[in-house]
Parts: sequence; structure tokens; C-alpha cells
Amino acid sequence: MNSASQVESRIKKLCSPADLEVLRESLRDRVDQRRRRVLVCGGTGCVASGTEGVQAALRVALQEAGLADEVELKVTGCHGFCERGPLVLVQPDDIFYQSVKPEDAFHIVTQMVLGGQAVEGLLYRDPVSGRSITRQAEVPFYSHQMRLALRHNGRIDPMDILDYIAVGGYAALAKALSTMTPDRLIDEIEKSGLRGRGGGGFPTGWKWRSCREAHGYPKYVICNGDEGDPGAFMDRSIMEGNPHAVLEGMIIGAYAIGSNDGYIYVRNEYPLAVKHLNLALWQAQELGLMGPDILGSGFDFTVSLSRGGGAFVCGESTALMASLEGRVGEPRAKHIHTVESGLWEKPSNLNNVETWVNVPLIIERGADWFASIGTEKSKGTKVFSLVGKVRNTGLVEVPMGMTLRQIVDEIGGGVPEGHTLKAVQTGGPSGGCIPASLLDLPVDFDSLTEAGSMMGSGGMIVMDDTTCMVDVARYFLNFLKEESCGKCVPCREGISRLLDILDGITQGRGTEADLELLEDLSQAVMDGSLCALGGTAPNPVLSTVRYFRDEYVAHVRDKRCPAGVCRALITFSIDPEKCTGCTLCARSCPAQAISGERKQPHQIAVAQCIKCGICREVCRFDAVMVD
Amino acid sequence: MMTFEIDGRQVSGQEGETLLPVALRHGIAIPALCYHAALSPYGACRVCVVEVIDKRGRHRIVTSCTYPVSEGIKVVTDSERVQHTRRIAMELLLARCPESPEIRELAAKWGVAESRFASHRPEEKCILCALCVRVCEELVGASAISLVGRGVERRVSTPFESPSADCIGCGACAFVCPTGAITIEDVEQWRVLPALAETKLEMMPCKACGRPFATLRQLQNVARQVPSGSEMLRLCPECRRRQEGLKVTGAALKRNHVLRPGG
Repeated sequence: MNSASQVESRIKKLCSPADLEVLRESLRDRVDQRRRRVLVCGGTGCVASGTEGVQAALRVALQEAGLADEVELKVTGCHGFCERGPLVLVQPDDIFYQSVKPEDAFHIVTQMVLGGQAVEGLLYRDPVSGRSITRQAEVPFYSHQMRLALRHNGRIDPMDILDYIAVGGYAALAKALSTMTPDRLIDEIEKSGLRGRGGGGFPTGWKWRSCREAHGYPKYVICNGDEGDPGAFMDRSIMEGNPHAVLEGMIIGAYAIGSNDGYIYVRNEYPLAVKHLNLALWQAQELGLMGPDILGSGFDFTVSLSRGGGAFVCGESTALMASLEGRVGEPRAKHIHTVESGLWEKPSNLNNVETWVNVPLIIERGADWFASIGTEKSKGTKVFSLVGKVRNTGLVEVPMGMTLRQIVDEIGGGVPEGHTLKAVQTGGPSGGCIPASLLDLPVDFDSLTEAGSMMGSGGMIVMDDTTCMVDVARYFLNFLKEESCGKCVPCREGISRLLDILDGITQGRGTEADLELLEDLSQAVMDGSLCALGGTAPNPVLSTVRYFRDEYVAHVRDKRCPAGVCRALITFSIDPEKCTGCTLCARSCPAQAISGERKQPHQIAVAQCIKCGICREVCRFDAVMVD
Repeated sequence: MMTFEIDGRQVSGQEGETLLPVALRHGIAIPALCYHAALSPYGACRVCVVEVIDKRGRHRIVTSCTYPVSEGIKVVTDSERVQHTRRIAMELLLARCPESPEIRELAAKWGVAESRFASHRPEEKCILCALCVRVCEELVGASAISLVGRGVERRVSTPFESPSADCIGCGACAFVCPTGAITIEDVEQWRVLPALAETKLEMMPCKACGRPFATLRQLQNVARQVPSGSEMLRLCPECRRRQEGLKVTGAALKRNHVLRPGG
């Protein structure tokens, strides 16, 4: 079934908001809550865990059961709970199946035909109570979330504009174009308190107004889809799972600002996002929701898609615009803001993907509603990619002000058993590590900055007692060294020297003077760098020195790595009391450093040991010790 | 005209001007490596940092070469924060190019004798100020060289690191280079730029003395910009001067000769 050709054959151009409503009315069947549907996650995480096989098996099973016409099988965007993929949702009861395999399709469909109990083996089991949970909304991972930016993710077919229209899509655009002046629109966004979700947290309404009032034409509206943080996939999931919401936000923004040309800058490593956005652009154009005279309002707007080459620095506004112009993606001094002189030296308004998808919501439900969510200075919700040493990894959306503890424990299910939480790293590679003692910190722009980290675009990495904080700082600095464009001295040379010092510390060559030097250099890199990449790069160093100084001291003074991570500072040995002589470690050791008789305690030859840690991982009796 | 304060002194600059040239004009010393009055500001070396206090009282560290003058601001060129940022920038440059006499001299002048940071390639001379790249693009119009690579891999080079097809051999890059990282050598009839992928261009002989003196492309470039002088371009600077001199003295002799019988 080709949804694109379906649009073409059935629908004519929409010339007014009334046309849109007529179309929506004709699609009521699609939102009928009583209808039977199978929603299969087609997000990147689930693709990796085999959703395509599950989709095919479900299609066959439905056919064999004679339900192919009656039950709609829909491949949607990311459902968020990537840890448990592939995910399948069965409506109308919202039965939530996880870790589904192709052979489970028969059981799922049989249950649909016969009704009754959901397939027990595929349900989510609460790790604490051991009780299985049937409905998606009751799974703790979902029940503590507030999904607004992700509202339609996992519910609609991202390749079909009609699905988006059926759930209320483009209604905010129709409202904006037919009942609001640009100034009213900007007032509304300002009143909502929306702040940029890309990391800076700049007030969106203020930015729009500055761009509207700036002299020069044409004006450009740009969507920043260059999500470069390792492990982050918030914007990716939105672009893949609900591309029309991005477009709708951009069209509304363009109307408010007075722009007729838009760009979406998306990284080429996101092929599914590129595909879905391209399709969405074409469909919106076909329906008259983009292009000349949108919905008969007289307002023209078109968007072009530009694919980025994957440089982290291109997420920075001036570097992104240089790249859009076809030049090398390097930042420039921003003493003259991009809203006044940006792309091709014209007024340009750049917002992040997540910011754009909040816009239709605010217009639809009102600024007061939006402002009622969150904290005094951070309104609405924020999407995070929750990863690391936590039970439930995935994409989560929570109201601003929720505490880190709630996110990690209630949604994330806490750290795996037998471990204790040490820190939560937020804000992407140039964010900071917040220690367990500050876990009751509310998550909002200002609290995170005050704690020495930042909101960033929404990375959240949970770390436990097996994480060495010096090694963490070293890891992020290494990433930033690779991604620095190299234009200015503090960033190019400074990050590299910070890394030198951290390398020395983790390799046992550090001294106490190094800690002072780290702080000294960090301050100058922050103050002296040209753009925010260098300006925030020392965060991982400064926040770990601030909160985990004892770990640094252990490395430099005692030449010891308390977490047992830094190879130069640790030795492996076997506890003869615990060792059962099962020989598993000896057989797994790649360096043949372990010897011993069967059923007798084994020994590690220190000289031969390469400290890879495999013995510790494979030992079933916890007999391998690290000092 | 914008009036503002630098280190407590009232100064003024044109709208659109940046802080550095205004400070230099008023005799206020600020070190700078990637700045050149004839080129667009770049803001890469960061040794020209100053502290700006805007009308709202906010303090910011900015590069004076890129920060536009603005009415009523206060600029401090030697606050503790400025000195610290500048000092570390110098130390980092010194660690990059420990053997460069120019960098050592500048650093010493601003109180930095040694760097606390390790040197990776002590023989390095290039500080990546991009003056060469900018002069080639903005003034010569050749765009023969550019910055390639990212981060610590960044370097100045020609496309695909092979001898440039666009280089006119004018030597502006070598002239503007503050550390002698780019050099230009004339060997017989060849002009060679060893740092730029051994780019090599043949020079034209002087019509009068026969000595090779400039590359063909360089002469064509000048001819495009000064069309009337194309005949003179066939002569080397010395012969050109001589011939001009002869013209002037010849004319004078003639004038005197004509004048004498009549006088």
C-alpha cells in the first residue's frame, strides 16, 4: 500500500481551513477508539532489534486469520521504550507487548480473534512486584511521563499525512493563519514561556520578535536537526515518527516572522528522518499546506531539506548556516545575532526540532495551558534520551521540574541490581556530571546550569559505581577534541591539552598540580573560546573535579582508580575463598594469564594480564577482584 | 561616531568598526596575531581578548578584533580575567610552536616565558591564524589555499594537497605570515612555495635585462587590475624604475634643450 499515491488519488488541494476540516471529518474512522489496530514500532532502535521481521510475521498472521482488511497494521515512529524492543501495541485495549519476536505474531493475532487474556509472556513484568502489566499507560516507564512533543509518536504512520490530519494535525496552522496576526502569534509564544530546546534555552518568542523586527528580506526560518550528541536520539525520533509536526511548527513560525523560505538541516546519518521529512514535504505541498497561498490565506512558504555531513559543530547556529550556504561548517563571532544577519547575511530564525513541535501545541491549546506545565522559568516538557546504567533505557518526556531521582528511579527503574548510582550526566558531551547527592535537583534550564551542567539538547546518562569519573571526563574531552572545528586557539589547543592532562592522570602520571592546571586551563577555554562548543567543553572536567575530587586525588596521590576502570592503576586477582575452580576465566582469558587446576582456586599472572576485565565479567562466583 | 571608554579613556570609532583598530589608533596596546587591517576580522587567535561591560552592566570576554564599537560601553584591556585568558592563549600557542622566535617574543612581551603544556610537534611554525588564506581569497582573489581538516588536524593546504592550479605565485601568503611558516623561494626561473604542497611556478624574464622576476599568472592578475600599465609589466621592478627614471630625466633634458634657444 503506497500512502503517497493514496493521497494523490483521493485528495484535492485544500484551499481553506474549512476544506481541512471536511477532510479531517472524512478521516474519523482512523481515530475511532473502538477499532482494532496493531501498532508496530518502526523506530531505529526497534529496527535494530528486528521489528521488520515482526511486521512481516504479523501481516501474515493477520492474513491467515482473515483479519487483513478488518485490522489495521500500522508501522509507526519510535515508542520510546527501546530497551524492550521490538514493541507492539494492540488497540483498542492498548495492550503493550515487548521484546516481540516473529514467532509471537501468531499468539498476538490469536488473542485478537479470541479475545480474553493478553499474551502473558510478552507483557512487561514489573521488576519490583513481579506483576505483569497489560496496558501501555500503566507501565511505569510510560505512566510517569508527560508526552507532548512525542504526543503522536508511536500512534500515527509518519509516512501518511492523513494520519497526522486525522489526529488533529495542521489545525493549529489553520487557526494561526485564519484568526491570528503575526504579532498575536508571537505574543502567544512569548506568553507560553517556551525556551529553545536545542540547548541554549533562549526564549523562543523573543527570538521570533527580533527576527520579525530585523531589517532585510528575504528572512529565513531554519530547523536544526543536526543532533550530534553521542547516544541522543530525541530529535531523530521526532523527525522519523512525526515529521509533519515539525513542518507545522515551522510554517506557523514563518508566518509569525514574515518568512517565505525555510530550511531543515538534518544529518545524513539519519536516513529514515531524511526519507520521512522528504515525503512529508511532498505530501504537504500536494495538499496545499505548503507552497503558495497556504489554505487560501495568501501566505506562501516552502521548505528545503539540507543534509549535513555529521560534524558536531554544525549544530552551532553560525556553523550550521555556513554549512547551509555550502561553506565549511565553522562558527563566527555572534556579536551581530543571526536573527539580524544569519543565512546569506539575512535575518534568520533557527530553532531546534523539539522547539518547533511544541509550537502547534501552544497555538492549539493556548499559552496559559503550556505555561501551567513546568517551573517558573522553564515551561512545558523536555524529551530526554535516558541511557547508561539504568534498567529502562529509552526516550522519555517529562514536565520541566521533575527531579532527576524521579526520572532515574520511577521511569528508568533505577540502576541495575547490586549497584549504586554515582552520577547523572546531562547536556550531551559538554554537559556536566551531577552527583547522586544532588539527585533531588529539579530538571530545568537554570537548576542544571547552576549545578555545573546544562540542559543541552537532552542527553541523560546514568552512571553507577563501576564508572570512573576521571575516565568519563577523559571520554567526553576526547569526543570534543575530535569535534572541535579547530578555528580558535582555546578550543583547538586547549581541549587537546586538557585531554593530555586527563590521559596522564588515568595512566598514573598525574600529580596534584595537574588538578589546579585543569581548572586554570578550563576557565580560559570557557572564557576565550569563539563558540559554545569550546565555551562549554570544560564542563565534564570542572563538574567531575567539583563533585568527585576524591576520585581525582586517589588517581594522582594514591595511584589508584576507585572504580576499577583505569587499566594502568588496577590489578586483577582471584579470591581463593570464592573461586570454585570452574576454569571459565582461564578459558576466556585472551592472554592466557590465568592458571589453576580444575576445582582448585585459580591465579592470575600479573605480568601477563592485559587488564581487559573479561575474567571478572564471566566469573559466576564474583571471585575476581580489582584493586 | 560612537563614543565609549577603553581603560578609562574616552575614545571614538566609526559605526561598523571593531574595538581593536580603535584601540591601536589611540595608542592602547593589545596583542593580536590573526588580525590585519586590510582583511576581514577572524577572531581565531584570541590573544586580543578584552573585557566589555555593556550598558546593562554585564561583563563579557570578547575578541577586540571582532567586537563592533558601540556607544557607551566600557572596555578593559588588562583585567585579571583578560590577563588569564590571554596568558593561557599564549601558553597554548607556545606549546604549539615552541621554537617560533616570533611567538616566543610576543609571549615574553606579555609576560609568558614558558608554557606549562606539552608540545606535540615542536617543529611546528603555523599558528593557524589564516591570514594567508584570507589574503589569498580577499585581496588576491585566487583562493588557492584553504584550511583543511578539523580540530588538531587543521592545517593550511592546497586542494587535495597537490601543487595548486590556482596559485599565481604572488607570495602574499608568505608576506603576511606572522611566523614564517609559509616561505617563498625563487630558484632560477622557478618560484617555489615549499609549505604549500611544493607549488612551483615558472617566472617570466624581464624584457630588458632577462632576469626572471615574476610569474606569468601574477602578471596577468596585475594586468587585469591595472590594464593601462601592461607594457610596463614586462619589465622587472629595477628595469621599470630605470626606464621610468630615464623617461623623466629624458623629458627634462628635452625641455631644457627646447627652452635654451628660446630663452
